[in-house]
Amino acid sequence: MTRASKSLRLGAIAATFALGLGSAFAADPIKIGSVVSATGPASFLGDPEARTLKMQVEAINKAGGVNGRPLELVLYDDGGDANKARTFATRLVEDDKVVAMVGGTTTGTTMAMIPVFEDAKIPFISLAGAIEIVEPVRAYVFKTPQTDKVACEAIFADMQARGFKKIGMISGTDGFGKSMRNQCMKVVGSFGIEVAADESYGPQDTDMTPQLTRIKNTDGIQAVVNPGFGQGPAIVTRNYAQLGIKLPFYQSHGVASKSFIELAGAAAEGVRLPAGALLVAEQLPDSDKQKKIVVDYKKAYEAATGQPVSTFGGYAYDGLAILVNAIETTKSTDPQKLRDAIEGTNGFVATTGVFNFTKDDHMGLDRTAFRMLEIKNGGWTIVGSGS
Amino acid sequence: MAELLQFVFSGLTVGAIYAIVALGFTLVYNASDIVNFAQGEFVMIGGLATVFLVAAGIPLPLAALIAIVSAVIVGLLLHRLAIEPAHGATPVTLIIITIGASIFIRGVAQIVFDKQFHKLQPFTGETPIAVLGATILPQSLWVLGGTLVIVAAVFWFLERTVAGKALRATAANRLAARLVGIDTTMVLMLAFGVSAAIGAIAGVLVTPITFTRYDVGTILALKGFAAAMLGGMGSPIGSVVGGLLLGLLESLGAGYISSTYKDAVAFIAILLVFFVMPQGLFGGRHIERV
Repeated sequence: MTRASKSLRLGAIAATFALGLGSAFAADPIKIGSVVSATGPASFLGDPEARTLKMQVEAINKAGGVNGRPLELVLYDDGGDANKARTFATRLVEDDKVVAMVGGTTTGTTMAMIPVFEDAKIPFISLAGAIEIVEPVRAYVFKTPQTDKVACEAIFADMQARGFKKIGMISGTDGFGKSMRNQCMKVVGSFGIEVAADESYGPQDTDMTPQLTRIKNTDGIQAVVNPGFGQGPAIVTRNYAQLGIKLPFYQSHGVASKSFIELAGAAAEGVRLPAGALLVAEQLPDSDKQKKIVVDYKKAYEAATGQPVSTFGGYAYDGLAILVNAIETTKSTDPQKLRDAIEGTNGFVATTGVFNFTKDDHMGLDRTAFRMLEIKNGGWTIVGSGS
Repeated sequence: MAELLQFVFSGLTVGAIYAIVALGFTLVYNASDIVNFAQGEFVMIGGLATVFLVAAGIPLPLAALIAIVSAVIVGLLLHRLAIEPAHGATPVTLIIITIGASIFIRGVAQIVFDKQFHKLQPFTGETPIAVLGATILPQSLWVLGGTLVIVAAVFWFLERTVAGKALRATAANRLAARLVGIDTTMVLMLAFGVSAAIGAIAGVLVTPITFTRYDVGTILALKGFAAAMLGGMGSPIGSVVGGLLLGLLESLGAGYISSTYKDAVAFIAILLVFFVMPQGLFGGRHIERV
């Protein structure tokens, strides 16, 4: 109970009481909170996340729960609105008294919720991409998706291996594209690569031929990379083919889904991108540590929802798995102990990669979490491990 | 030269979309002083409904026709259920109603369709046509041709038909129009129906290039509105010129100045036009109204 004396915050005190009561009745459910963007502009991320969390909690409870106690998922939909997300976060802490939180679909909603959980000293495993979430490291905040910085490194490592020195970049001006562009710019030099043309486009733009024409007319460019998200990269890819640009073309993990291939059509042939193991579950060699977990999750998700599995649902799967692992190893639901256990997670194989959290790294993934894929005949082919 | 031509192709294709949306704004505005912010939703309905009908096995022309008719029905319902009951309210109130209606339509579309992006096969293949070193997609020609036909049809409608003349009369002076026996409510309904139809046709034409989703209407409405203002709110010819000009400004801005500031380039150009001609390029008919 030293925690309560440190903080006079109502939420923390209330949470402590709830925990005290919780441990008195062993069969009481363990309350896990979640705020995701199941509707709204980020729904294609949040929807599979919400479905995955519901599906997994159900599966865990069917198998007897965690430490003999069932899980109770308190799930809210913020519709992609950061203000709503923060309100729900407060509700999770003060009214629902959850022991931990797995959620935060977008970087925007995550950043809005961080102060709530930091103040309440409750672990928060975010499902959003940007590096700002874990840099600087915050005591109670973790995340499961690879950062854009790691994706940039995976792309540049592949380019370096193919001997490219001068490249063009065309990025979306949405949050994802902007953040990834900045991260790429930071690390590109260390791979001996120069960005000779740096173009951008709006997230809702419908024609990027002017920008690509500029790249095409820049001397000496050997490859082009397109950090972006949503339909923009599909349009860029089609414009790329329309202009007859023959240079190798790289997309980001932001479009690592079947729908990108469907939208871009034949123009997507030969495009390379870094992606998680989930996308190529069946193609992984049997020796791959992640193979079993990604194949199992894929089957379970597709059977439960009737929809193709998505990387984004995998982030939620991993977040919940890491949390459940922490509850199991500590045999406790004390948020402080859970936090320490999550930070101590080591060699934990999940769908996104193998997690090694440390005091200084609350993302826990490196370049090996990415496989370099190439689109061939409308499907994915593994061309490199990304490491 | 090839570079310039490429930028012009890009600008015209994008501009044609803005132009059709702007034309839809103009028709409703002329009949009522309402800026119908649900105009972009008609484009969405046209595109998405076609995608889903084609996926259900219905041939493209029939699917497009059903989609356009559906959009017209939505347009008429919008008028009947949202605009007409607020009869006598100020234009500002009515504009706010249309914003509410657009949010409502997007919400329904999310449920009726889904939340994913969808594409439609181009009507006549995907092989780019090379012109003097630049390339243009066959579908862009469809968009440009379609725009031309729509604009011609709207002008024919306004100049040659009784209903069109009634619309123009209402635009010129509503009270006088009513005095000579024009049913201005019917005219407004007609304007909603026609603008929904042209919006939906635009949706069918552009979806193979731009993709579509339940929420694509928002940005189209904004760009179309900017185009209509640039051309002069209320002038059909102005809305077409405004749309094409906005598209060209964006693509030339992105091509010659900087893609980071391409929207800024377009909007600064619009602001400059307003400094010199506050009514827009072809506007100015409404100044006498006090």
